Amino acid sequence: MGSLLASRAAVWDAFTTTLFLAVTAGVLALLVGTLLAAMRVSPYAPLRTVATVYTEFLRNTPLTIVFFFFVFVTPSMGFTFAYKVAAVIALTCYTSAFVAEAVRSGINSVAVGQAEAARSLGMSFGQNLAIVVLPQAFRTAIPPLISVLIALVKNTSVAGAFSVLELFALSKRLTNAHSSDVIAILVGIALCYLVICIPLGRLAAALERKAAFAR
Amino acid sequence: MSRQRPDHVPTEHQPSPAGPVVRTGLSLRPGTPSRRVFLTGTVGAAAALTLAACGGGDDASDDVADVDSSSFEEGSTMAKLADAGKITVGTKFDQPLFGQAGPDGKPTGFDVEIAKMIAAALGIKADKIEWTETVSANREPFIQNGQVDIVVATYTINDERKKVVDFAGPYYTAGQALMVKKGDDAITGPDDLKDKNVCSVEGSTPAQNIEDNYPDAKLVTFDTYSKCVTALDNGQADTVTTDNVILAGFVAADKDKLQMVDDGKTFTKEPYGIGLKKGDDDFREFINDTLQKAYDDGSWAEAWKSTAGQVLPTPDPPKIDRY
Repeated sequence: MGSLLASRAAVWDAFTTTLFLAVTAGVLALLVGTLLAAMRVSPYAPLRTVATVYTEFLRNTPLTIVFFFFVFVTPSMGFTFAYKVAAVIALTCYTSAFVAEAVRSGINSVAVGQAEAARSLGMSFGQNLAIVVLPQAFRTAIPPLISVLIALVKNTSVAGAFSVLELFALSKRLTNAHSSDVIAILVGIALCYLVICIPLGRLAAALERKAAFAR
Repeated sequence: MSRQRPDHVPTEHQPSPAGPVVRTGLSLRPGTPSRRVFLTGTVGAAAALTLAACGGGDDASDDVADVDSSSFEEGSTMAKLADAGKITVGTKFDQPLFGQAGPDGKPTGFDVEIAKMIAAALGIKADKIEWTETVSANREPFIQNGQVDIVVATYTINDERKKVVDFAGPYYTAGQALMVKKGDDAITGPDDLKDKNVCSVEGSTPAQNIEDNYPDAKLVTFDTYSKCVTALDNGQADTVTTDNVILAGFVAADKDKLQMVDDGKTFTKEPYGIGLKKGDDDFREFINDTLQKAYDDGSWAEAWKSTAGQVLPTPDPPKIDRY
C-alpha cells in the first residue's frame, strides 16, 4: 500500500478523471437515453425506427469497438477528438442505449389509462410524456438506471486503453513501476471504484424508498 | 440420469420426462432433465473439439537426453521438477519473435526456445512444458505464488523486481528504440521528441522512461502496441517507442509502411532475465549454467536464428550476471 500512498497525487488525478468521465457521460447518457426512449414510444414511425436501430446497434456492440470507432475511425473521416472527449462520446453513446431501455421499461409499466386520460384532457404527446408518463416511469426505472450508471463507472476503465490516464490505466503504470507491490496497488484501485459505486447504490436505495412512499 | 452417456447428443428418440428438448427461454427449473441432456451434449462436443485441437503439432525434433533426477541434490527445485517430469513456464503469448501463441495455442519464439533449453537440461521434453500466459502485471505474483516455475517473458531485470523475485541470465539485452512511418525523417533519435506524439503501452517501462526523462514529448498510451501502430498510420502519433525487438516484429510484418529510426539504434538497456522464486539460488545457478552451456555450444545462437534472428542480426550473448 506504500507505493500507492507515495503516488497519491497521481491516484487523485486518475480518480478525478474517472469521476469526470462517469459524471459527464452519465448525465449526457441520461438525457440522450430519455430522448431515445421518448422516440421509441412516439407516434411517428421514423423516429421509432431510428431509436430502435440506434439502441439495438449500440447495446449489442462491445464497448471497446465503440471506443475504437471514435478514437481511430472518425479521425480518418476527418473528425479528430481529444482522447478524453472521444472517451466521453463513446461512453455516452454506449450507455444511452441501456438508459433508453431502462426508461422504456419504466414507461411500459405506467398504466395505459394514465396516458389515455392525459390525451382525453387534450394534452399533446410531448405534454403527456413530460407531465404524466415520464415522472411515473422514472420511479420504476430507478433501480435499473442505477445499475446502468454503476456499470458505466466501471466501463470508464476501457478509456484507460485509449490514452486516458484514469484509474485503471494508472494501476498499470503503478504496477509496472512498483512490481513488488502489485496486489496492494490493485486492491487500492478497486477501493477507489467502490468509493464511487457504493454511494451510487445507497442513492438508489434512498430514491427507491422515496418513490415507493410517493406511490 | 443413468441412461445418458457423456458425449451423447440427445435425439428425438431419447425418452425424457420433460418431453422433447425444447428450450422455452424462461424455465426456472435449472435441473430439468431436458436441459441437462442439452448441456452434457455440448460439453462433450466441446471437449472433443479441444482434444482434437491439442492433438497435432508436436515437433518430432525435440529429442531430450535422459537426465537422472538423482544427479540433482535431493529436495532441490531441479530434483523436484525432474521427478515430476514437467515444468510450468510463464511466457508472453502476444510478443512476436519472442513468445507468440499460434492458432493451436502453443507459443513460439526466442523466449520459448530458451525455456525449452532449460526444460531439456532437466530431462523434460518440450511437450511436457505447461505454458501459462503471463502479462507484465502478473509475472511477479505468478512466481511468488508458485503458479509458474519460471518466467521467460521479455522480462527486464531491475532492482525493483529483484526485491520480490530472482533472475537468472540475462539471456538477451534489448533496448528502447523508435519506429516511424516509412520515409519520415523528422525524428532521428530520442532528442527530437519535443512536442511529438510518442506512443507506447501504458504500464510499460519504455512509456515510463519517456514520461520521466523526456518531459517535452507528448506521451500517448494505449493498451496494445498494435493500437499505437494504428495511431501512427493515422497520423495521431508521430513515433512508436518500445524495446527494439518488439518494434522489429512490426517492421518485419509491414516493411512498406514502417521503419526503425536510425536503423533501430537503442537508447536504453533492457537485460531480459528468467524470473524464478526469490531465494532459490541453486535453481538460479543451474539455469545460469544451462545458459552458459548454450552460449558455448552454439545452441543459443541457433535458437536466436530460428526465431528473432529472422528479422534481427544475431548479437553476442550477454554476460551472465551471477549476483
